[in-house]
Amino acid sequence: MTRIPEFRAAKWNEPVVMEMGRPGARGQLFPTPEDEVNEAVGTDLIPGGMARKDRPELPEITEFEAQRHYLHLSQMTLGMMGISLFGTCTMKYNSKTAEYATLRPELAEVHPYQHPDTLQGVLEIIHDFDSILRSLSGMDQFIFQAGGGADAAYTMTAVARAYWQDRGMLGQRTEMVTSVQAHPCNPATAAAAGFKVVNLPLEENGYPSLDALKAAVSEKTALIMINNPDDMGIYNPEIKEWVKVAKEAGALCFYDHANFNGVMGKLSARELGFDACMFMLHKTFGAPKAGGGPAVGAYGCTDALAPYLPCPVVVKEGDRYILDEDRPKSAGKVREFWGNVPQVVKAYAWSRAMGADGIELASDISVVANNYMDKKLGEIPGLEISNPSLDIHRMEMTRWSLGPLTEETGVSTVDFANRMADYGIDPYWMSHEPWIVAEPFTPEAGELWSKEDIDTWIGVIAQIAEEARTDPDMVKTAPHNQAIAQVRGDAFEDPARWAMTWRAYQRKIRGASKAEDVA
Amino acid sequence: MRIGLVVNPFAGLGGAVGLKGTDGPGTVTEALRRGAQAKAGARARLALSRLADRVPGAEIILAAGSLGEDWARGLDLDTVITPGSNLTGTARDTKAAVRAMGALDVIVFAGGDGTARDVASVAEGAALLGIPCGVKMHSGVFAVSPQSAGAMMADLTASPDRITWADDAEVMDIDEEALRRGILAPRLYGYARVPVSCTLMQAAKGGPRQDAASALSSAARGIVDGMEDRTLYIIGPGTSAGSVMRAAGHTATPLGVDALLNRKRVAQDADDAALCALAEGRDVRVVLGVTGQQGFLLGRGNQQIGPALIAKAGRDGLIILATEDKLTSLAHPRLLIDTGDPDLDAELTGFVRVATGANREMMMRIASG
Repeated sequence: MTRIPEFRAAKWNEPVVMEMGRPGARGQLFPTPEDEVNEAVGTDLIPGGMARKDRPELPEITEFEAQRHYLHLSQMTLGMMGISLFGTCTMKYNSKTAEYATLRPELAEVHPYQHPDTLQGVLEIIHDFDSILRSLSGMDQFIFQAGGGADAAYTMTAVARAYWQDRGMLGQRTEMVTSVQAHPCNPATAAAAGFKVVNLPLEENGYPSLDALKAAVSEKTALIMINNPDDMGIYNPEIKEWVKVAKEAGALCFYDHANFNGVMGKLSARELGFDACMFMLHKTFGAPKAGGGPAVGAYGCTDALAPYLPCPVVVKEGDRYILDEDRPKSAGKVREFWGNVPQVVKAYAWSRAMGADGIELASDISVVANNYMDKKLGEIPGLEISNPSLDIHRMEMTRWSLGPLTEETGVSTVDFANRMADYGIDPYWMSHEPWIVAEPFTPEAGELWSKEDIDTWIGVIAQIAEEARTDPDMVKTAPHNQAIAQVRGDAFEDPARWAMTWRAYQRKIRGASKAEDVA
Repeated sequence: MRIGLVVNPFAGLGGAVGLKGTDGPGTVTEALRRGAQAKAGARARLALSRLADRVPGAEIILAAGSLGEDWARGLDLDTVITPGSNLTGTARDTKAAVRAMGALDVIVFAGGDGTARDVASVAEGAALLGIPCGVKMHSGVFAVSPQSAGAMMADLTASPDRITWADDAEVMDIDEEALRRGILAPRLYGYARVPVSCTLMQAAKGGPRQDAASALSSAARGIVDGMEDRTLYIIGPGTSAGSVMRAAGHTATPLGVDALLNRKRVAQDADDAALCALAEGRDVRVVLGVTGQQGFLLGRGNQQIGPALIAKAGRDGLIILATEDKLTSLAHPRLLIDTGDPDLDAELTGFVRVATGANREMMMRIASG
């Protein structure tokens, strides 16, 4: 019998930090310099023109008040520390060992403007990790400048643009071909780079057909961008033929390895014929993900495309590692410096700890775990796997539908996800757009999760499905045990209600409420 | 939300006994003589049961007797019965029942295309929701099953925030007399408002979505920009194809076919003969939309564009517009054609590009319907 977790989140009426504290309260009191020090260095170290005239508007609180405040906030996050089978994100444990490695001063205190002679250690790690990714993909050069998967996809479109421009064919090669279930960043970045987007639909076998690709590619095709498997989890067995067809039309081929977990160590993008690929270090390689911020999309390509890579590229010359900026055909930077280096170090630590055999085994475990999860989900009435008529194993994830349950009970996939938070289980990921199954959700049980974790997660899903039948209103008004009730998404589409800074908050939110008071 | 329900008790009678529909009292008698069983009432009850399970005590307005009331007996629903009149076994019964209900937000009907047409003719702006019971269901107003029609009624009653409305659902019906003579001639009779149940997108990784109208108008602008001089552009019926007329600065004929030459309108609500005359000595392109759910491209509601014109345009001369939402929610990932000429249908089979937005296309496979 699976133990269903019972949970109640802390709920604080916590003010924002700017509204806390009292005048004079301090986190740290620094000693006044001794006279000898003042005499030696003077008292006007900051030039008059640079010294600010007014006091900065900062909260005045003690150190323990600051800690208590952020502890309270961390207790009200609606999850992300529980069992999280959050599909398309490949949730992995971010090891403390790797975290501590990046806190060491050899890394934490260096700056990219230092002379490369003083950066040899960190450059060596970047270079060696480049080699690890080369051996996983067959590519000839990786860079880590992109700040996430979408940024790496954009790097591909920028490289393709430079490649075709160099050949004087950018006016002719104007189209990018992708599939409707490839990650949406592929069409989005290609459009941003000025290409026309040609989408291929999924057909009855659960992936786009070779016929569709043949009809789509032509002398106008600049590149194709695809995932395999995509979010439906079905490996396209015709992939070699796909690349051949695209190459015959002259197109560049990009393998978006967003869903690499199910095939890690099993295939090589180069052997399949691809010209370039990308890995997400913040999902597949055990580095933390952080809301589109300090992530890394590692972009790798063949020697033929390498001249067009953004600069700098870390290369080894003799015994030295240098930052190669002299690349006249470069597509230009997609981001500053060399990327989020601490993330590269964490991914390097993960790869070295796993080893080649460990990476391959992790892939096997993730596929087995996912198929175990699929089987258990299939036993819950009201849930339906995508492409139900296909009797083939999915890889590291697939799309599921709550459609039958929603029709029966009115409980939607959003309601269901909200209710999961009541059990201290992280709400699942629903689906990238377009939603091609009704009331979708996309669970992914990677190699991190134990059988017990997966059973607990399934137990909660089964419990909520039952609740949907016996007490649908309770599910629809969930979460009930969380710090806040339902998050209203409409504010995300209204810039007038965003406030990223205290100043914006005062202008937009307080200003508005003052105006209302006057009225 | 005022929801009324009417049952066409004779809908679907012809199907099981090979009569291809039941328009008209003569056919009904013949179907009953051949042993047909009426099933529309039972299917309406399936929908009403789902509603009662989901929203006990839900309020619903029903036509009297076998047109509604009889199928809700014993269910936990708060029913309002509108007075009935003497039944004639014809379309008049359906229309009279709808009129007797007064102003409604949604008219739920159990029937087929014929019933949809009858209800649409007296809908007065109310939305339509079909419980599928008919022999022919080419219209875009039907739920996929009686149960899902019931689920939609439950959402309309209890979760109106899940509902959005679309105004472009095709109301189509076949001339049954012609069909029994072996001629399939479905006609587009108009567009109905329909409820669409959807779940609000999560905001975390998704972004704001482009609405259907702006996606279509962006696609249409691209098509107009790319128009070649001295080529005849035939614009099919419907909102999607019509957006090309609007992008070129003209009004579109909603149910008819227009034509542009050098971006100027040269035909309005034209028939095949007039279009053929215009096409004489010119290259031809045909601008088409796609019917909802079924995915028909040719042969449903746009027969004014005859086989000769289509053959002249060829597959590469078809310019198709549809939103990605519409294409990804088709029952099968296919565009269906039925030009009336099997050889032409075979020739057109293959992949086409469908414009889905600004600089955005989707490949779709054409199959004969």
